[in-house]
Amino acid sequence: MQRGKGMKFVGDSRIKAEGKMPNVPKDYSEYPGKTEAFWPNFLLKEWMIGAVFLIGYLIITVAHPSPLERQADPTDTMYIPVPDWYFLFMYQLLKYEFASGPYNVIGAIVIPGLAVGALMLVPFMDTSKERRPFKRPLPTGFMLLAFAAIFYLTYESVANHDWEKAKAQGAIREEVQFDPESEGYQIYAGSSCISCHGEAFEGGLGPALSNTGLTADEIIDIAHNGIGTMPANQWTGSEEDLQVLAEFLENLK
Amino acid sequence: MLNKIYDWVDERLDITPIWRDIADHEVPEHVNPAHHFSAFIYCFGGLTFFVTVIQILSGMFLTMYYTPDIENAWKSVYYLQNEVAFGEIVRGMHHWGASLVIVMMFLHTLRVFFTGSYKKPRELNWVVGVLIFVTMLGLGFTGYLLPWDMKALFATKVGIEIAASVPFIGEQIKILLAGDSTILGAQTLTRFFAIHVFFLPAALLGLLAAHFIMIRRQGISGPL
Repeated sequence: MQRGKGMKFVGDSRIKAEGKMPNVPKDYSEYPGKTEAFWPNFLLKEWMIGAVFLIGYLIITVAHPSPLERQADPTDTMYIPVPDWYFLFMYQLLKYEFASGPYNVIGAIVIPGLAVGALMLVPFMDTSKERRPFKRPLPTGFMLLAFAAIFYLTYESVANHDWEKAKAQGAIREEVQFDPESEGYQIYAGSSCISCHGEAFEGGLGPALSNTGLTADEIIDIAHNGIGTMPANQWTGSEEDLQVLAEFLENLK
Repeated sequence: MLNKIYDWVDERLDITPIWRDIADHEVPEHVNPAHHFSAFIYCFGGLTFFVTVIQILSGMFLTMYYTPDIENAWKSVYYLQNEVAFGEIVRGMHHWGASLVIVMMFLHTLRVFFTGSYKKPRELNWVVGVLIFVTMLGLGFTGYLLPWDMKALFATKVGIEIAASVPFIGEQIKILLAGDSTILGAQTLTRFFAIHVFFLPAALLGLLAAHFIMIRRQGISGPL
């Protein structure tokens, strides 16, 4: 087949200038079936599908802003890690007894390695000419099994993860402005409150104490009677101190 | 006018055959959703590439603000997310695109698998496709650390420990990725940034080129 337009290069007599290739594409009626030109006919139709896809993509983007947790703090040993959703099945696999602890290498390396290796070698293991999935039950069966396993492990991981707690442990904590010399803070630092609500009211086992929207009376009530997982009778100091502390917390921004 | 420019360039560089190879070819009926609606399954590969292009473009814009150091990485992402005009959209597209590309690539893999399209003569293209899959997972893993927030740091810690459990060379892989045998910090962040922005995209572009050249050489697999 003659390719190119037979350019004549300066000082090169081996290339013929004759036999120009016409700048007209081959007629598509020469191909079987209802074929059509990739450019531009088919590409425009593809773009219709791409546009619908893009609209969906943009709707997700606008409806769900991408998450950002608080700045990484390597000293926080309470944090329970979780990978991005498409690694959850591997994360779940490592929780099983046969794939963790002394057998960690099985869950972390052997099983994923075998899976990727098998996937890569599929064309060399399934060498029959048959292409229809129902006519080659072994490859189809293994792939469906792998798909079911990934789906099941991902589901188990999602169902067993405490997403509320995960959200709370990663939430961005506002830095609270307060005067450490103030009477309110002195009372706070001397009480048991500080062990759960943090040295700077940033929270810990209990929630952060800034911007609670609670009145002083409500805070006193919680200190006496508890709320949620906080038990009652946590306040052991005097009523006068509690009143000062509650008013201090009410105004803590 | 355009024709004249084209002819001027073509006369010197002979670009018509290149153009023919890239764009001027027939699309068979059985992959065309306009003729058979079920042929939309043949769009998954193209949509994967579409999202990949969006990932590259949005990523290029993100690096205009992002700073890969542990003091400022989180702050720069926070600023980008909350202060920069359309920063939330660009970061959002990169964030969701990272998930979508995995979804579309997975669907594309299933399509090729269940239509038996990996069979002779297309074995090599399947192998390249699996390598693209692994590269994409690597991009997802390295990109996850870059915002330097809590989930990023601790998920990467787990990931690095998994890499360290590789027999014989685990420790070396860990040091290569993290930059240190015990600390996961400033060095890790710059390494992950370099891997995410230079090494893996370079590998990805090479693999994609091989993937597409092979498709053009072999054509799409016939109807079942």
